[in-house]
Amino acid sequence: MIIDQKTIEHIAKLARLKVNAEDAVEYGEQLTKVLTHFQQISALDTTNIEPLVTPVDIEFFAREDNVKQENTTEEMLQNAPEKAGNLFKVPPVV
Amino acid sequence: MSSNLENKNIYRGYEAVIGIEVHVQLKTKSKIFSTDPTKFDAADNENTTPVSVGMPGTLPVLNKLAIEYSIKAGLALGCKIRNKSVFARKNYFYPDLPKGYQISQYDKPICEHGEVTIVVDKVPKKISITRAHMEEDAGKSTHFGDYTLVNYNRAGVPLLEIVSGPDMSSPQEAAEYGRTIRQIVLYLGVCDGNLEEGSLRCDCNVSVRKVGVKTLGTKVELKNLNSFRFIEKAVEYEIDRQIDEIEAGKKIIQETRLYDPDKNRTFAMRTKEDAQDYRYFPDPDLLPILINEEHVEEIRKKLPELPFAKATRFQSSLGLSEYDSAILTSEKELADYFEVVSELSGNAKLSANWITSDLIRELNSNKVEITNSPIKPEELAKLIKLIDSGSISGKIAKTVFTEMWSTQKTADLIIKEKSLSQVSDTSVIEKMIDDVLATNPSQVEEYRSGKTKVFGFFVGAAMKASKGQANPDLVNQILKKKLDQQ
Amino acid sequence: MDLTQASFKQVSEAVKTKKISATEVTKFFLNRVEQLNPKLNAYIAMNEAALNEAAALDVKINKNENVGPLAGVAFGIKDLLCTKNLRTTAASKILHNFIPPYDSTVVARLKKSGAIILGKLNLDEFAMGSSNETSYFGKCYNPWNTAYVPGGSSGGSASAQASRMAMGTIGTDTGGSIRQPASFCGVVGIKPTYGRVSRYGIIAYASSLDQAGPIVSSVEDAALTLEVICGQDENDSTSSTKKVPEFSKNLSTNVKGMKIGLVKEYQKGELHPDITKTYNLAIEELKKAGAEIVEVSIPLTEFAVPMYYLIAASEASSNLARYDGVKYGHRAEFNDLASMSLEDFYSQTRGEGFGKEVKRRIMLGTYCLSSGYYDAYYNKACQVRRLLRQQYLDVFKNCDALLSPVTTSPAFKVGERSTDPLKMYLNDIFTTSTNLAGLPGMSVPFGFSSDGLPIGVQLTGAHFEEQKILNIAFALESISETKGRTPNVF
Ligand SMILES: [Mg+2]
Ligand SMILES: [Zn+2]
Repeated sequence: MIIDQKTIEHIAKLARLKVNAEDAVEYGEQLTKVLTHFQQISALDTTNIEPLVTPVDIEFFAREDNVKQENTTEEMLQNAPEKAGNLFKVPPVV
Repeated sequence: MSSNLENKNIYRGYEAVIGIEVHVQLKTKSKIFSTDPTKFDAADNENTTPVSVGMPGTLPVLNKLAIEYSIKAGLALGCKIRNKSVFARKNYFYPDLPKGYQISQYDKPICEHGEVTIVVDKVPKKISITRAHMEEDAGKSTHFGDYTLVNYNRAGVPLLEIVSGPDMSSPQEAAEYGRTIRQIVLYLGVCDGNLEEGSLRCDCNVSVRKVGVKTLGTKVELKNLNSFRFIEKAVEYEIDRQIDEIEAGKKIIQETRLYDPDKNRTFAMRTKEDAQDYRYFPDPDLLPILINEEHVEEIRKKLPELPFAKATRFQSSLGLSEYDSAILTSEKELADYFEVVSELSGNAKLSANWITSDLIRELNSNKVEITNSPIKPEELAKLIKLIDSGSISGKIAKTVFTEMWSTQKTADLIIKEKSLSQVSDTSVIEKMIDDVLATNPSQVEEYRSGKTKVFGFFVGAAMKASKGQANPDLVNQILKKKLDQQ
Repeated sequence: MDLTQASFKQVSEAVKTKKISATEVTKFFLNRVEQLNPKLNAYIAMNEAALNEAAALDVKINKNENVGPLAGVAFGIKDLLCTKNLRTTAASKILHNFIPPYDSTVVARLKKSGAIILGKLNLDEFAMGSSNETSYFGKCYNPWNTAYVPGGSSGGSASAQASRMAMGTIGTDTGGSIRQPASFCGVVGIKPTYGRVSRYGIIAYASSLDQAGPIVSSVEDAALTLEVICGQDENDSTSSTKKVPEFSKNLSTNVKGMKIGLVKEYQKGELHPDITKTYNLAIEELKKAGAEIVEVSIPLTEFAVPMYYLIAASEASSNLARYDGVKYGHRAEFNDLASMSLEDFYSQTRGEGFGKEVKRRIMLGTYCLSSGYYDAYYNKACQVRRLLRQQYLDVFKNCDALLSPVTTSPAFKVGERSTDPLKMYLNDIFTTSTNLAGLPGMSVPFGFSSDGLPIGVQLTGAHFEEQKILNIAFALESISETKGRTPNVF
């Protein structure tokens, strides 16, 4: 198992992470090592085993369709790095 | 018959294969996973909470009504309802997606394996429903060249994405499928069906192949189709465009194209170099939705009769024409109105005629919803009864109807006030006189053999038959004419 | 009253009966923070409103209004839990300026019970680490010896608690982040059953593993805190509707007849002799107290670390996608927004906002979920997770709790470990299974290393059986040589 630089580049792009060349090499080596070790789980037989997500039996519940707002619009935008009125401002998308 | 139909859907030796994804906005007060309102006309970012803006640490909690509505829609579309369905995260980055993932359903959608019947040119056709899954809507980005502004009012609005099989083969079928889905969700009351506000959004997957070829061609996704007319036009354009490309020896590129209604053409969206890798995985913040069989049956029992079934019933047991049935079932409220009138008046056909012509004309020209009609169905039924019993003629009835519409008075009152039944209705009088003559053949013989003083007897009988309401002059005139006529 | 030694019960009783005011308690601890924090860097933000909030509580008490069971108890909160109007950062540059307009449920419940929030405690960035060395706000140190790490990721909580810069603290535990620092710092830490404590408002690392809990000075304080913070929350779909017992009232040192299991597979690894010594002592003492010690087997133990990192990293890669410079937090500086591509905007913001370890885990998780690898990594790990949980469920059919070490060694020196991620990850061998199986687990101090660093032992219970492990811990605590001892550097 080898995570090559092309894969690192692809993963970094998917994850939207700018990774410098030096770190990319390091990540490549480390992820190769980690995943090689972790691959030991592939030896286990899991035929017909349903994947487990929530580890405890918890009763499913849904909420009633009621409106409740505890914050003002201003509070929702108070942390925005940049805004225009009550809208969030980002680079041109198209 | 069937070859005829196929011929109709062949375009320069090609046939089209069309599948449609409809995003139906579920008509809940609050969002699917949070308690902010869904109202359409809100100020910028007014419909937000920390959950819908994806603030750190916030978690989704599912809206019960969204589940109910999804089950309802699923059942109406003939789907199986999964007793355990799972929310999954669809991961991608976009400014209108506050969490960096959309909560949707992936391999375990709530509804699967259904079908719906559409009717194009009087021919019913079954369109399969592959699946219908719940998901949250994204926010809205508005582009200004140098920057983009983001509004999360829509983020988290509940959607049911209904995915059809690739079963449609013409632009008309595609548009009709859209109309049918809209009609169904409106009947169920799970969506307001408002296309301009985006409550119902259709994406069409279109491909073409040479007639006889069994494999599917490369499909193109058409987006931004916010009317059924546009669906028809865009698909039509796209089929043509694809055939042109192939005929010119070019390959169809799998891409997303937007329809521009002003230019009536589709154009490619900027393509991304990489195919998207959404990295779906079950959302650990939400437990699987568990739905038991009894609950599904409970909902099924409460389902209203759906448009296609209703129209079929109107034809088969009420004897209405296909045309009238289709019109009357186009909206549930209209069908309900009709059924009240029909039942109270006892004349389904006459009720259908009056509603599909006079009433709908007034509703449309005055922009009034059927539920707000100034003429209540009970009153229209009374009018129809009067016509049916011959108390007034159809012609008089039109006058009465117009008066009912503008004054909201009852038919009886209008007739009385305007003495309508007495004076004017020659056809009614004629009919009565015909009856009188028919039941008294010997007196007719007498008169015609010269004993004209028997005329007075006829006048009396006719006046009696009309309960004194008939205009005596008219009775005299008509009686004389009929008796002298031989 | 010696506030560094008094229990929650004693202090809240004294506050309610006006023997001491909440303001005085708060001042006392703020003072300690002022003196000690520069050496330990446990707090990374202070609640400017703390004294006002204490004064408001005193007013309520003077008016004989009802106040909660933690009246006047001064808490420090791991900076992973959102606090309304108080900066919450996950110790990351990407959230360095984030002011939540809401409280996490845990914090809201503490406040409602009368607790005073002093400030926010250091951690490994996004709770990813076990030494508190990856914080954007600097390392945190072990008060027993500042050359050593306090553990992590709730290092700030354990450090502040051990140095009594708070009466109580809250930590979170995804793979051992409460238990390991509690052990390193000689304090009591409990991670409740998954679903016991609402995760609402707690910045997510790995949603199916995260759980908050107290890091405090005594088992009794832990029990009392749990009573306040546990219980269903309408804002968290994964919070359990199970009734919350009166943990503190039910506390008992009687372990007679309890069956305590020792996991066979845990004996395999190399244990530091001081750890072995403490662990064996605990076994002996429990035997003496009348508990039955049995050996049990969890054959999948050796796969717990791979499972844990595959699942945690996958979930994290998605959980951390929301930090994108759009709605809050850090945004990369650009000369010209208009000439920026959206992709560069994201990559640059996230590239400079996240630290190295966080990026490493995002990369790992993104890879595990990506097309072609999902089945082999993420899905496989989830399948094995079910098998692992089953092994625990089976074991708990025959015993009441499990006893084990918390870590393979006592606290290590600052800067000593952390170059090789794999080696670092493998240290989590004793703590990760608990989270994978959703079990309650705790660390209770039970000895000292030859270097004078505290060492805890770990108790693991069946789902929702916190009371059992609290009681065993209560028994161990009553005879622990660590009892009443605090770091003497101050
Ligand atoms: Mg889709
Ligand atoms: Zn969709």
